Amino acid sequence: MPRWGMVIDLDRCTGCQACVIACKQENNVPVIPPGEAEKRRTIAWINIIQFREENSPARVRFLPILCQHCDRPPCTPVCPTGATYKNKEGLVAQVYPRCIGCRYCANACPYTIKFFNWYAPHWPEQMQPMLNPDVSVRPKGVVEKCTFCHHRLMKAKEKAETEKRELSPEDYTPACAQTCPTGAIIFGDLDDPYSEVARLSKDARAFTLMEDLGTKPKVIYLRAGA
Amino acid sequence: MQTRPINDEALFKPILFTGKKFYLTVAILSAIVIWAAFIWIWQLWHGLGVTGLNRSVFWGVYITNFVFFIGVSHAGTLISAILRLSRAEWRRSITRMAEVITVLVLFFGVANVIIDMGRPDRLLNVIKHGHFSSPLLWDVCSISTYLTASTIYLFLPLIPDIALLRDRVSGWRKKLYTFLSLNWQGTEEQVKRLQKAIGIMAVAVIPIAVSVHTVVSYVFAMTVQPMWHSAIFGPYFVVGAIFSGIAAIITGMAIIRKVYHLEDYLKPIHFNNLGILLLVMTLLWFYFTFGEYLTTWYGHEPREISVWQSKVFGRYAPLFWGMFIFCFVIPFSLLCRKKTRTITGTLIASIAVNLGMWLERITIVVPSLSNPRLPYPRGIYNPTLVEFSITAGCFALFILLYMVFTKFFPIVSVWEIQEGREKALTETTARIRTYLPGPTTAETE
Repeated sequence: MPRWGMVIDLDRCTGCQACVIACKQENNVPVIPPGEAEKRRTIAWINIIQFREENSPARVRFLPILCQHCDRPPCTPVCPTGATYKNKEGLVAQVYPRCIGCRYCANACPYTIKFFNWYAPHWPEQMQPMLNPDVSVRPKGVVEKCTFCHHRLMKAKEKAETEKRELSPEDYTPACAQTCPTGAIIFGDLDDPYSEVARLSKDARAFTLMEDLGTKPKVIYLRAGA
Repeated sequence: MQTRPINDEALFKPILFTGKKFYLTVAILSAIVIWAAFIWIWQLWHGLGVTGLNRSVFWGVYITNFVFFIGVSHAGTLISAILRLSRAEWRRSITRMAEVITVLVLFFGVANVIIDMGRPDRLLNVIKHGHFSSPLLWDVCSISTYLTASTIYLFLPLIPDIALLRDRVSGWRKKLYTFLSLNWQGTEEQVKRLQKAIGIMAVAVIPIAVSVHTVVSYVFAMTVQPMWHSAIFGPYFVVGAIFSGIAAIITGMAIIRKVYHLEDYLKPIHFNNLGILLLVMTLLWFYFTFGEYLTTWYGHEPREISVWQSKVFGRYAPLFWGMFIFCFVIPFSLLCRKKTRTITGTLIASIAVNLGMWLERITIVVPSLSNPRLPYPRGIYNPTLVEFSITAGCFALFILLYMVFTKFFPIVSVWEIQEGREKALTETTARIRTYLPGPTTAETE
């Protein structure tokens, strides 16, 4: 079975936010009104953190951050109901109807990349017909986060099955990777030695976030050059 | 033990007569509870967005209340069990009022977790789909065991008192007491069995109580979050729990003494003795806090130190230093001298400790969450009126239920007082004789 993973080349990221928008569209992420956003209750399964380097504060760096789909996720064991768990594809999944909304997983995640539905989800009227029928809308009071567009994997699998062929890695790409105009987000099978992600993940520039915690993320970053 | 003619009339008085002040207090407390219930419905309707919680500070006042109430629950059962087992004779008039705190306060601990849940309607998923890898499931197990055990432990010594009441009242109350007294006649056999059962429960309850607060701390300690992921948390929380528990007993005692005129039963010596216990816990609490904060500071691990900084000098410094004053400076200075270890002195110290321990809980929960590892905007958490109202409602309902209890059952164990009066003196003399050199006589039994 493929080990789905992502490489993000920070040298290529321009901070354009296209991935953020694509993700919101694809995954029916609710629109959070500005007042709520100020209270830091925005939901963005992928978002871009801007920060300045300590020794050259004039330079702004971008770090697209999304669920790291850890091989050893700190969030799944603490869930009292198994609503978040590592599924057989190795992705960290959320079962919305089972979630009791205790937010323990959100607190246990060292990347703080899980989101809670503080209110019932909301979209402006003109956006409502645009909801993606492949992705369930989350009710208020549950935790959600990036799924690596798992519904796309399901679709690709079904397609391959009806066409009576093996699933090929090209069949499945999350919305963010598909959208990125500079090709900074590369997606594929980390266990396939010939895949681009596998090659890049062994690049000299490759690193994972908070390696010291031993969470073994499947999102790998390529360090930005000087 | 036969029911003897009235001697402890003061203990039955609260049950048989109810004054105007009682109803007035009930009215005020009920108003607070109704307000809080309304606010809770409001929160259920709109979602947790009505609180001050946000992304990174996912837990706040409710989880603080949870830890605080579970901590206070160590008041009763544990202290009473220890005093019973160590045969501390001065325990007789305080065990009951302590045990009631435990049983009632546990409900509020649990309630706060449910209030904090995004989907309380799915509560049963915890049982239907329970995953034992989660420390929250450990909590569910140990708290429900504790609640069961402390209820039994409260009920057993109540039986003879219920029988005493059964013989004093008429009407529906007689029926209630007849049912609850389980046909208690006070025969020698019954007394023997009861003593044995109480003895067993007193032993059983101690490890359960320790486990309860240990696993509450594990909810935090099992994560990898800075200043949560700490091996000291188990014992630190247990010490804090006993600390706030003793303070809660003293506060309760002082109020009951005043309201029900039990000066004859709750004497300065009781406050003095509990005050000494509280002093010991003050020092232990200081020792643990010192160890925790010194280790973090000395290690200077960047993630840990940013939380440490925000607690000691940063945004949360008022809470931290408030905690230090309430949990250490005030109780220590009042309790270390006999002159100030009076009823008023221990009461002030106890109120300070309870406030301080609530502050301790919030300085554990919030700063770790508001300093996430990644460079997100630093956390701001301002609890809203919703959270304060519900908290006030919890306290009000707790006091209300406690008051109702005193109207149904004697808040001081009557039969144990009588037993003390009739038997303990000779028993203790005999016991002391066995401590001394010389042959052990038969009467030691």
